[in-house]
Amino acid sequence: MTWADSFRTAYEAILARRMRSVLTMLGILIGIAAVMLTVGLGQGAQERVASAINALGSNLLIVTPGSTTSSSGFRGGQGSATTLTVGDADMLADPAIAPDVAAVAPASASNQALAAGSQTWTSSVVGTTPSWLTVRARTVTNGRFFTDADLASGNPVAVLGSTTAGELLTGNPIGQSVTVNSAQFTVIGVLDTQGTSSSTNLDDQVVVPMTTYSSRISTSTNPEAVSQIYLQAKDQKSLSAAYQEVTSALSTSHGVTAANADFTLSSQQSLVETATNTEHVLTVLLAGIAAISLLVGGIGVMNIMLVSVTERVREIGLRKALGATPAVILRQFLLEAGLLGLTGGVLGLAVGYAGAAVLPNLISQPVTISALSAVGALVVSLAIGLVAGVYPAQRAARLAPIDALRSE
Amino acid sequence: MSTISLDDDKTESQAPDDGAAADEAPPILELTHVRKTYATGAVEVEALRGIDLVVDEGDYVAVMGPSGSGKSTLMHILGCLDVPTSGRYRLAGVDVGVMDEEDLADVRNRRVGFVFQQFNLLPALAAQRNVELPLMYARVPRAERRRRATEALERVGLEDRLDHRPGELSGGQQQRVSIARALVTDPDLVLADEPTGNLDTASTLDVLSLFAELHEQGRTVVLITHERDVARQAGRTVLIRDGHLYHSHEEEVAATEALAATRIPLWEHSNEVER
Repeated sequence: MTWADSFRTAYEAILARRMRSVLTMLGILIGIAAVMLTVGLGQGAQERVASAINALGSNLLIVTPGSTTSSSGFRGGQGSATTLTVGDADMLADPAIAPDVAAVAPASASNQALAAGSQTWTSSVVGTTPSWLTVRARTVTNGRFFTDADLASGNPVAVLGSTTAGELLTGNPIGQSVTVNSAQFTVIGVLDTQGTSSSTNLDDQVVVPMTTYSSRISTSTNPEAVSQIYLQAKDQKSLSAAYQEVTSALSTSHGVTAANADFTLSSQQSLVETATNTEHVLTVLLAGIAAISLLVGGIGVMNIMLVSVTERVREIGLRKALGATPAVILRQFLLEAGLLGLTGGVLGLAVGYAGAAVLPNLISQPVTISALSAVGALVVSLAIGLVAGVYPAQRAARLAPIDALRSE
Repeated sequence: MSTISLDDDKTESQAPDDGAAADEAPPILELTHVRKTYATGAVEVEALRGIDLVVDEGDYVAVMGPSGSGKSTLMHILGCLDVPTSGRYRLAGVDVGVMDEEDLADVRNRRVGFVFQQFNLLPALAAQRNVELPLMYARVPRAERRRRATEALERVGLEDRLDHRPGELSGGQQQRVSIARALVTDPDLVLADEPTGNLDTASTLDVLSLFAELHEQGRTVVLITHERDVARQAGRTVLIRDGHLYHSHEEEVAATEALAATRIPLWEHSNEVER
């Protein structure tokens, strides 16, 4: 018997028991669609977090103050010390020390009460340098960013995020006055709209010159201390080189080693990984549950194939009498089970794609179905059908022709 | 044309193994001391107790016997659906007793055409597709399959029923489809198991005349039946009873009398008790 004939025979057998075949496929369909949608939801969420973090700036490295070891040997928690200074930032900006670093922006930030006229609002106030704009990959859509001159003279000027501007001010915000921590600032610009990052709203902040921040807003005893240093590597390729340079430069100047480092250097990559970790665990859990439904679908295929073999004992006997070898019978039933699985998989894929198109509108979560997972779904559904078919097909192949013909 | 051999020297000399010596074709069927025992639970049932039978090419042989006589077992062995427990069975000169399942399937496919009491047609397939089945297992290309199936159906007078499913055909027509299926591979042997058992008289006559025609055309036909009228159509009748094969009525009567002589008849026994 040729493969083409085997396929035709299997196909006709499925068609001959239409209702039953459809119900059997339904099990696989639901399983495949469920797995695809849960994995798609997970991937969608991960992509969203990743793109939000990438929106922080391109080729970004972030230095935060790390733990310090006190004289008594206790190590403080990360961020507990103000070990980073403007001096560190200046040093890292030196191309002789860190040649792969393109731009450096030290920053301090705190939440402050804002007021403009009778409007009040609480927002994150960031004191930084003009290169912040480049490093964080932001632009000013209205007005201007502050300059080195503003920084040098500590001018009370502020650039607002679009949300902050909208909450506090009406009309053109440029030139209006905002009170931060009882200090008057003049609004000189509004930032572009960026959307929400994983935890902070990038459009709700006030950016002021670093010098102004430390003289008028900061409560820190050390005016030189900064809460972060943002660094931009020259390009994607020099990111790891920049990482090395910054680590060794800071270690040398702080007189520490990797073991007792008083700073933490993180890259976008590590931030994305941390942020998507939780999503990943959840996705695996949900996909696991969906996979169980797929398994149940596979058991359904096996069950139906066993019933089918029992019902068709006479047919099998006849086919054997007419010259079908055990191998040919095995192949026919395996193909039948495989076709049931694969067809269920194809339908499940269609339902999965339909779900991916509809679901984001209902739950406002992106669903991403990659080509790889689509191909994977088809392979898995075929494999499930075949595996489920092995035992029934073997039973059919082993039937003795006389026993098969004898049964009524 | 037909030879009855009872374990004599002739059987031995006919053995086709010695190749060049046999200038005449080997018999189609050659059973030598064929025994078949089944183990049903703890009891061993001896269905065939040493069968010797030779059927030459072109023979039309009826195997007659009551139910439980071993007739079905014999038919299974003749059709290579089962193998003997002991003894030798040659089909067209080939010893099939030593074959594995794959080879047996091939022998059934190429050498034997089955006609069953229940017709055994696949209900989902049209007549033509049913007739094509053995050719499909022989890997004959589809176009040729179709042509040969059409020819076979023409031969049984069903050229206008090619696309009818079994459910749309009468019993007699269904049996003719299954005869066409048996003929389509041009087998060495047509093996019919109670082919008229499910048919009315008119269809029975129809089918029997078809077998007679096949016989006239030189086909080898073995027909298994329990009906004397059906067996009478054959050129030769053998009887099977209690697993023994008898080649004539006289032989059977003699065997029965011999058996009876070893027993005390029931009525004699009861008379003795009364006395």
